[in-house]
Amino acid sequence: MKLKHLTAVVLSMGLLFMISCKGKPKDADIQATVVAALQSTPGVTADVKDGVVTLSGTVATEADKDAAENTAKVAQGVKSVVNNLTVTPPPPPPPPAPAAADADATLKTAVEGIVKDFPGITADVKDGVITITGESKADRWKKLKIALDGLKPKKVDASGLKIK
Amino acid sequence: MALQDKYKELIDAANAAGVSGLQVNEQDGVLHIDGEAPSGAVKDQLWGIYGKIDPNFLTGDVVMNIDVATAVAGAKLKVTTDATNLNIRKGPGTDQPIVGKAAHNEIVSLISKQSDQWWLIRTDGGVEGYASTTYLTPVE
Repeated sequence: MKLKHLTAVVLSMGLLFMISCKGKPKDADIQATVVAALQSTPGVTADVKDGVVTLSGTVATEADKDAAENTAKVAQGVKSVVNNLTVTPPPPPPPPAPAAADADATLKTAVEGIVKDFPGITADVKDGVITITGESKADRWKKLKIALDGLKPKKVDASGLKIK
Repeated sequence: MALQDKYKELIDAANAAGVSGLQVNEQDGVLHIDGEAPSGAVKDQLWGIYGKIDPNFLTGDVVMNIDVATAVAGAKLKVTTDATNLNIRKGPGTDQPIVGKAAHNEIVSLISKQSDQWWLIRTDGGVEGYASTTYLTPVE
């Protein structure tokens, strides 16, 4: 008799426990469904209380914000959605690192602007190195060399230059 | 290091002459010397020493970029072309229209430095525009 009584108590406790669990998981279930549905929109978290979903976090665009809300709305068991998402556009991609080619182009323009006043001399620019070819008088070349060094090249290669 | 030994006289002279912000860096077999000389004469002197160590600057193991401290707004500049007139342009660049000319050896005034290559100058005749720094030498 005593054992039977105990079993009844245990059983009823178990039943109570199950009932109490059954009410709560509902929000948890909804949350799982909503989170699964929102997987394609990272950065969004969903809290569920009494069937009301509160979305928080940041998304990149207004469209993403609306889409997340609509996704949450159609999840099973959702009564309403509080959309607390903020729209923060991602920072613009950093400008492409000035490629060596661009630096060469800038340097080349500057070099050409100077060298064109020095007939008989041609200059080429590659990888920051100015290569000089042609013929020049020593004092003219000195003037050119001073000007070219002012452009801060990696090197001024004049091995192809003949001094008259 | 070997390059610094080769150009020791040049570096020592730059230090002795009071070149400010002097930087000597060796990179990929080229010695880069940067700094600001207190006068145009010092700059000339340094280029003279450089030319003595490396006749006609043909080795290509030095890039020397020495500015002149006295070349500030209001300074007088001499037009150091070979013999020809110096073009004064509307903007900094040889593609810019010519607004006037300064004669060989004429003295002009520096208004501002647009870059290391182009300075805004004014002639005594009142012509104002950009000229290539290659042909402008500060007058002490």
